[in-house]
Amino acid sequence: MKNFFKIFSFIILFSGLSLSTQAAEKVEYLKTDWSFKGLFGKFDRAALQRGYQVYTEVCSSCHSMKYLSYRNLAEKGGPEFSIEQAKAIAASFEVKDGPNSDGDMFTRPGRLSDKFVMPYDNVQAAQAANGGAYPPDMSVLVKARGGGVDYIYSLLQGYEDPPAGVTLDEGVYYNKYMYGNKIKMANQLSDGLVEYSDGTRASVEQMSKDVTTFLMWSAEPHLESRHRMGFKAIVYLIILTILVYFSMKRIWSRIETEV
Amino acid sequence: MSDHEYTPKSKFGKWFNDRLPLLTLANHLTDYPTPKNLNYWWTFGGILTFCLITQIVTGLVLAMHYIAHADMAFDSVEHIMRDVNYGWLIRYIHANGASMFFLAVYIHIFRSLFYGSYKAPREIIWIIGIIIYLLMMAAAFLGYVLPWGQMSFWGATVITNLFSAIPLVGEGIVTWLWGGYSVDNPTLTRFFTLHYLIPFLILGLVVLHIWALHVPGNNNPVGIDIKKPSKDTVPFHPYIVIKDGFALLMFMIVFAFFVFYTPNILGHADNYIEANPLVTPAHIVPEWYLLPFYAILRSVPDKLLGVVAMLSAILILAALPWLDTSKIRSAVFRPLYRQFYWILVADVLILGYVGAMPAEGLYLLVARVATAYYFLHFLVILPVLGWKEKTLPIPLSITEPILGGSPNLATAKNKESLNK
Repeated sequence: MKNFFKIFSFIILFSGLSLSTQAAEKVEYLKTDWSFKGLFGKFDRAALQRGYQVYTEVCSSCHSMKYLSYRNLAEKGGPEFSIEQAKAIAASFEVKDGPNSDGDMFTRPGRLSDKFVMPYDNVQAAQAANGGAYPPDMSVLVKARGGGVDYIYSLLQGYEDPPAGVTLDEGVYYNKYMYGNKIKMANQLSDGLVEYSDGTRASVEQMSKDVTTFLMWSAEPHLESRHRMGFKAIVYLIILTILVYFSMKRIWSRIETEV
Repeated sequence: MSDHEYTPKSKFGKWFNDRLPLLTLANHLTDYPTPKNLNYWWTFGGILTFCLITQIVTGLVLAMHYIAHADMAFDSVEHIMRDVNYGWLIRYIHANGASMFFLAVYIHIFRSLFYGSYKAPREIIWIIGIIIYLLMMAAAFLGYVLPWGQMSFWGATVITNLFSAIPLVGEGIVTWLWGGYSVDNPTLTRFFTLHYLIPFLILGLVVLHIWALHVPGNNNPVGIDIKKPSKDTVPFHPYIVIKDGFALLMFMIVFAFFVFYTPNILGHADNYIEANPLVTPAHIVPEWYLLPFYAILRSVPDKLLGVVAMLSAILILAALPWLDTSKIRSAVFRPLYRQFYWILVADVLILGYVGAMPAEGLYLLVARVATAYYFLHFLVILPVLGWKEKTLPIPLSITEPILGGSPNLATAKNKESLNK
């Protein structure tokens, strides 16, 4: 049994090492409580809905979310808008469709099955409109950045005047959390920029948190069922392990030796 | 193969077994005499078999939904993550399964190193194991390319470019590997094909690995030859089956924790950015399990020699049964080797750490020293140790120390003093 604990602690050590090497590169990001962290982490439904509002009213004019469909907005584990609300949201967008039987392209109101409408037709158009920088697609953005949600949350609030000696080109801004501190996206958020329908005060901090929560969901739409299933799976495994342990003891007791 | 004659009880069984001795095989596998003192480090063979099967099964399902095309691969992975029923689960098991597979294989390899399991008469088992390990690295690398993220693309570029170090034909080989003049769609499709093929090659080799094992039987912590079957052995079923099962369950708990709670921690964030040949990531790093070899590669200033060093670092293991000149298998009875063993473990961990860091300044220096030590261990320390080391006396059988109810080492020492 002694050896066995050695192996187990080795594995734990290895997990710890992998975590700490990741942490080594981190800048001190702003901290906030994320409801989706932890063994039972769930999304804050209201924050997701508010985050969606920030995305549509602010981010979506430059950033696409090409892997999301309007139907996702009504699905379990997400913002959970009602089907009617999601339908209304979809219908508020013009979707290019076709060709029809005459061979022409046409536009129609969006449906639940449509993907989120993209702000630009292609990458080149996006770059041309943004001083050569491509506003990244935000569907999996949280997972595509080393610092994850903390990084995005901090970045949105990290705009500052450049310190003395730093000169910035036209269309480049200073952000203390950005890699290299230079970012081509201007500060987007200001207090009261959006008007939340649930009456929450739209401070920069609040909007940053809401939209980051929304981005976490868009990157990991099945996070809630993953956490639920994970807990069940691990509890099941632990119980089974204990049972197997006693069976093993019983079986090995036949030959009078230590396991 | 079997140590005793086996006759099936039923008439049909006998008829069948005379034509295809599957029942004899099954009987051999359940009765297989196993040393009774195997510790938990010996359970990783079973765990590795589980890992292989898991990767094959999840991989089959993923292949049903994945599209091996440069324009669609990344999208199809997101499709799996979002729209395929439990696709996220299958993919996270597969991605983390690769890491778990390597974690287990490293424990398995280092167990062999500690207890001298590679020594006569088990050289062939060991060499097959090294080939499996090489194939695992190939499969893992190819698989990492398939999601077609930034690390996939640039990792593939860096690794395939290593072949350009070969004099004269290097460039031609790289073009041939790519199926073009850069990593692109033809590269992706062939990588997918090979990634699908290799696990089945590994499966075949695993069968040979186990077959070769069943000829001399297991080594054991005391490292002595034992009579089979005897008081020193237990039948594989149920004794080893239940013990392996218990260890496997513990392993699965760790595995499940990664899959359900930190599924992306072992991957690199850049791989969630779609491959872009025009943008090079700030740091191109391989997966953690390849880092020690990456450090060796980068520690040599010359490209060709770097590749040679990296390959030698793996291939040198195949020569281990002949490099280690000691007649004693288990490190339990080799006090000096035991210390060098742990230094080697530390050396490999250090190589892994510097492999993840930028190759400059102190990191580069440490990488060079650690690389030099790695080769020193196998080429100088091991052969010399075999001649010079004063080993402890080894017990005649493993039954005694076990019945004494004390650890092998203490008993062996006890015995030594009694003999005096």
